[in-house]
Amino acid sequence: MKIWVNGEIKNFEENLTVYNLVEEIGVVSKKFAVECNGEIIPKSNLKDTLVKEGDKFEIVGAVGGG
Amino acid sequence: MVDSTSDKFIVGSREFNSRLLVGTGKYKDFQETKDAITESGAEIVTVAIRRTNIGQNADEPSLIDFIPPSDFTYLPNTAGCFNAEDSIRTLRLARELLDGHNLVKLEVLGDKETLYPNVIETIEAAKVLVKDGFEVMVYTSDDPIVAKMLEDIGCVAIMPLASLIGSGMGILNPWNLEIIIKNSSVPVIVDAGVGTASDASIAMELGCDGVLMNTAIAEAKNPIMMAGAMRKAIEAGREAYLAGRMNKKLYQADPSSPTSGLIK
Repeated sequence: MKIWVNGEIKNFEENLTVYNLVEEIGVVSKKFAVECNGEIIPKSNLKDTLVKEGDKFEIVGAVGGG
Repeated sequence: MVDSTSDKFIVGSREFNSRLLVGTGKYKDFQETKDAITESGAEIVTVAIRRTNIGQNADEPSLIDFIPPSDFTYLPNTAGCFNAEDSIRTLRLARELLDGHNLVKLEVLGDKETLYPNVIETIEAAKVLVKDGFEVMVYTSDDPIVAKMLEDIGCVAIMPLASLIGSGMGILNPWNLEIIIKNSSVPVIVDAGVGTASDASIAMELGCDGVLMNTAIAEAKNPIMMAGAMRKAIEAGREAYLAGRMNKKLYQADPSSPTSGLIK
């Protein structure tokens, strides 16, 4: 299935949880937050939420800024 | 000397000792960021919220490894947002990212060239965020009416610019800052425009409760030394404010030495 992650189109197998997705992109060990189609997915729900075709994800972290 | 135990800096529900707030951007590397911030004595540090890199190495160092949220109070900002909606969305993500942390810096910009704040969008965003349980420290222009409106909405700190973000031009309108300080019952923090230590001292002498800066330290030739200079400038300015300066005597000198007993 095709999904959007941070503005890029990515291909993933079906039956992927949001937690799996975060593992795949390498930020699971860091501080991050996930938004799917404009709604925040709380960390406690990441393992119970399935990724669907066409979903648009924003995955963010904290960076240096003023 | 000010007794540091009695001169607490209170913002919303939190209490601090340092009145210097610093940004974490523009440094050469994370080590320099950490060294400068440690030297500054700042307890509150601003961070930006950005998309993570996809497919990054899990061992890649990040800001959080060097500036742990357990040692500092993070102040996630909305830098780069040009409307209320984006800034609200960014801060809700920040709250999720920082496990429910609700102290935030709202800034809604109006122009890419000057980074001047869009106060209309700022006011809209502040209303929503305060209602949503955030403690909002708000970047704004030095307009006393807007500052009062933001306070009335429930913002926990009003943060007018001294001059444009990253310009280092110092305090261009101390008169407006004084009106804002006089009228505000929440902390007033100069945010943006400070260029060197004397600017920070002047802000504190005017009666500001704190100063937030990034570029003045990060773009100094020696950022760590400048961080120390800023720490001292904030302390000196605060003490001078509390001590109460002498009155200015226009066109009238007043000798410090006795006028009698001069040899003839």
